[in-house]
Amino acid sequence: MNPNGNPLGMAGSLAKTILLLLYALFALFPLLWMLILSFKPDNEMFTTTFFFTPTLENFRAVFSESDFLGTLWNNLVVSCLAVVLSLLVGVPAAYALGRFDFKGKEDIAFTFLSFKFAPEILVIIPLYLIYQNLHLIDSTVGLVWVYQLISLPLLIWILRGFFEDLSTDMEAAAQLDGYTWWQVFFKMLLPLVKPGLVAAGLLCFIFCWNSFTFALLLGGGHTQTSTVSMMRFLASDTVHYGWVAAAALICALPEMILALLIQKHLVRGLSFGAVKG
Amino acid sequence: MTTATADPQQRRIEPPRTDLSEAGKKYARRKALRPFLVLAPSFLLTIGILIPFIVAIFYSFTDLTLRSSDFNLIGFGNFVDTLTSPDFWRSLSITLQYAFWATGVEMVLGLGIALLLNEENWLSKFLRLVLIFPLMIAPVIGALVWQLMTNPSVGILRFPLSWIGLGGFRWSADPNFALFSVLLIDVWIYTPFVVILALAGLRSLPKSPYEAALIDGGSAWFVFRNLTLPMLAPVLLVAMIFRLMTSLQEFAIIFASTKGGPGDKTLSIALAAYNQAFPFYNLSGSIPMLLFLWALIYAVCFVLIGFWRKAQKLSSGAV
Repeated sequence: MNPNGNPLGMAGSLAKTILLLLYALFALFPLLWMLILSFKPDNEMFTTTFFFTPTLENFRAVFSESDFLGTLWNNLVVSCLAVVLSLLVGVPAAYALGRFDFKGKEDIAFTFLSFKFAPEILVIIPLYLIYQNLHLIDSTVGLVWVYQLISLPLLIWILRGFFEDLSTDMEAAAQLDGYTWWQVFFKMLLPLVKPGLVAAGLLCFIFCWNSFTFALLLGGGHTQTSTVSMMRFLASDTVHYGWVAAAALICALPEMILALLIQKHLVRGLSFGAVKG
Repeated sequence: MTTATADPQQRRIEPPRTDLSEAGKKYARRKALRPFLVLAPSFLLTIGILIPFIVAIFYSFTDLTLRSSDFNLIGFGNFVDTLTSPDFWRSLSITLQYAFWATGVEMVLGLGIALLLNEENWLSKFLRLVLIFPLMIAPVIGALVWQLMTNPSVGILRFPLSWIGLGGFRWSADPNFALFSVLLIDVWIYTPFVVILALAGLRSLPKSPYEAALIDGGSAWFVFRNLTLPMLAPVLLVAMIFRLMTSLQEFAIIFASTKGGPGDKTLSIALAAYNQAFPFYNLSGSIPMLLFLWALIYAVCFVLIGFWRKAQKLSSGAV
């Protein structure tokens, strides 16, 4: 992996750096441009590019718009609860699918995946009618429940592979040494699958946070999420691009903070010979 | 969507793969029911999706519209209408092209970027933090920002394009490049999804095979081809399955950037179904298209899961 001493090493690492920077330009420029837009006054939106008189007017407009902060909070509550619930039921499920051999295992695993097969617009109208009967429209419980369709299949299918990669010998050895199953699970297995767990948890949070269809149709005044309320800034007759950019950046901030916070956990906890291969 | 229900007496568990001690076997036998107990909560939580799904299938045999709640059973009429319509087959072709290019480019690019980010220098460390940000912008907003950037008269990209002589490039307004322009947005948003998963996979690779390869003096390509790729294959396949599923169903990005146009150049099945259901209120007429899409995704995933099982056996078994 490390081309030290390789005559091609210098040219190789230069090429790698250039490729990485090109992709970074592609990935980050639109975000940078959004950042610029969010500080631009409306009358300079398309007349200037990089040099303009920065203003906080867009952010002020977004926050003064009725209860944008409230919808941000709703989104935080619903998305966090959805991910926590997914972790609570999904990690054990992934463990079971990854570690045990039992009849029908593959069928069950495939069924979990199949919850993602149906396009959202196919199930949304029947789901709406059912939610109406259960009085779950515009309730936190209802949204947290429907978000399981977004997060559980992803979580289970990512983690399953990580659990399968672990050697069963260590687990058995620890149990023979007198550790309870819970101790083995929390102190040994979870640290070992940590990269997968963190990546899957982050992705679940992002997809729940950005979920639009479910939140729009099954949410309502009390549970409107920021992803839905942000669209208000698009719907008016004249789109204030500065407002949209400011709202979108504020809306992405919690995701970015979460990603930065858990980044360091994207590394395996302990790794002495615990992985097969 | 099959669920195996075995007689509880017959359910048994064997210590997975390796030979455990007698105590281990006894322990495993005692816990024979555990997998089902452990799986039950997540299963009960999501199995409810079958109800709306079945209701939707029922609607496809009716003439239900969104105008009134009265409807009649009309048999297979909606299916016949859909399958005999050339528009449907054109939408199917667009959907397949979209999913193929989106998934293909994102997988290759995502894996490449993840490999570059997995190195321990300051640039990789910094970019690991920020390169996943595009995924965090809501797809509708991401599409809007790209529309704005590529706008031929006010978009910021008109400057670099005019420097290389492409000043008149019209992006998604040009029928020949509309699909390309939408795909570019999809790639921008979802490549980080592959990057995150590939990085997590790379981060959890065992060290010892690499040390052995280093001693043997294998080239970087040899190590990648024979060690990294086989061990990474399961997580890459999971990423690919999820990308294929969502790109076959993609709605938000296409709707926000082109609404299916110009003409029907980017009118995928999801968009066509939406157009049937909402502007034309023909709800039941839109369902056969979506069921067809469902069946397609089912078949594709069925095949890919087969590959996944093989790859997983290879990577978690003897390497």
